[in-house]
Amino acid sequence: MTLLAFDWGFALEKLVLIAIVITVSLVVAMYATYAERKVAGFMQDRLGPNRAGPFGLLQPLADGLKLFFKEEIIPSNSNKFLFILGPCLAMLTAMMTSAVIPWGGTVELGGRMVDLQVADINIGILYIFGVVSLGVYGMMIGGWASNNKYSLMAALRGASQAISYELAMGLSLIALLMLTGSLSLRTITEQQIQGNWWNIVYQPLGFLLFFICALAECNRAPFDLPEAESELNMGYHQEYSSMKLGFYLFAEYINMFISCTVIAVLFLGGYDMPFVDEAKLSGASALIVGLVALFGKAFLLIFIFMWIRWTLPRFRYDQLMNLGWKGLIPLALFNMVITGAIVLFTMKAH
Amino acid sequence: MDALTQRAKLVDRRPMNWLEKIYLWEIFKGMSITLKHFFKKKVTIQYPEETRPFSPVFRGLQVLNRDEEGRERCTACGLCAVACPAEAITMEAAERLPGEEHLYREEKYAAKYEINMLRCIFCGLCEEACPKDAIYLSETFAPANYSRKSFIYSKDDLLIPDPVTQPEEYAAAKGLLDKKKKS
Repeated sequence: MTLLAFDWGFALEKLVLIAIVITVSLVVAMYATYAERKVAGFMQDRLGPNRAGPFGLLQPLADGLKLFFKEEIIPSNSNKFLFILGPCLAMLTAMMTSAVIPWGGTVELGGRMVDLQVADINIGILYIFGVVSLGVYGMMIGGWASNNKYSLMAALRGASQAISYELAMGLSLIALLMLTGSLSLRTITEQQIQGNWWNIVYQPLGFLLFFICALAECNRAPFDLPEAESELNMGYHQEYSSMKLGFYLFAEYINMFISCTVIAVLFLGGYDMPFVDEAKLSGASALIVGLVALFGKAFLLIFIFMWIRWTLPRFRYDQLMNLGWKGLIPLALFNMVITGAIVLFTMKAH
Repeated sequence: MDALTQRAKLVDRRPMNWLEKIYLWEIFKGMSITLKHFFKKKVTIQYPEETRPFSPVFRGLQVLNRDEEGRERCTACGLCAVACPAEAITMEAAERLPGEEHLYREEKYAAKYEINMLRCIFCGLCEEACPKDAIYLSETFAPANYSRKSFIYSKDDLLIPDPVTQPEEYAAAKGLLDKKKKS
């Protein structure tokens, strides 16, 4: 194969896959807003939205339409370019993480073996961390470009929170990576399918830490201080209106979906359906079982995210920082040392 | 001094023990409570389709009554207007002309009868004052509107349907009342 020869089928396959992944994440995020309101309602003995369409299923469409029709306000003293860049970055970084997630096994499609993953890069987890840390820019740029002291303060709050919890998140993953010996999400999934147990059994503390940090990274309650609708004068998107605000809010839901999928892949066996031997299934049914398993796990985690949000009150800011630096990071280090010791003494090195 | 009720609860101000300090267990306890509520019966009343039953002594909009032959009972004596503490009722009396016996029960009737629903306090004193059983408080309330003027209800708005000439409307209005009373 010469350098110029290009596998057009490969490019097409990846383009279609990207389109599908993005569409699916958008739709899931859309209905996550609906689910959030329904869950909130049910937990408060209410019904939630039920007027637009059957069971209120058209509610997210109505919300989106409303946001599109709202007046777009750009503050006169703001930096216009950065002001528009902020929500775009938030959206972009939210979508980019989905590239390395393995959505299913390999299927044969018209003589080609198609991986249900946009990019199986061998540093998948590092990529995710890189993109997640870029997410801070959306927040910071938006808050700074608004030229509003409250927005700036909220952006600072959000950025320092994100940085603090990313640390504990990374540390909690190192223990997991010691066990798997791989940074590729596909390899991690396949190890869990072939092995007896999911990684959550080997790394319960790691799972808990990662889950808590994911909550903080997604700015979900009880860590939603950057937003804090009720008491802290909104947040970094205070000056935003119309669909630019919609982008920020929407990016949050996409983040939530993606991080739930990442948790499912890392700790809950990815597209591994429990009590089913995938090797015995034919191509198509294995694919469907895998997708159902992965999405089922992700949706369950999303539900838990919402459940936590509608149960717990928000942390105070010093409590949040205390928990991050004095609680989670030492615990993650402890977990790392213990895991390292166990790996060293009992298991063969990968 | 004795407490007025037996419901006072002493606040537990002991320092938190270890389990409470790590917060995680308490989170699970809280989450089990919210999950319980998740499956509870919802208290919402879906308003336009469902309405909350009024209490049996509910005092709503006034209606002007007719007798069995569909004649207006009101004789414009003015006792309701006198009894009204909010001065919401005004009326003008007129004499029944020959040939109008099927319309008015007695030889004097109200040519104009208005209640200002913004003034009315729905105390029901008009109902008590009426010697002719002509005015009653129903079980509905005044619907919202955009102008003050539309809250001045004239005789047309207040009179119940004629049981002789409009039997269907009469039955419908009556049926609605009966249904509400049952629930």
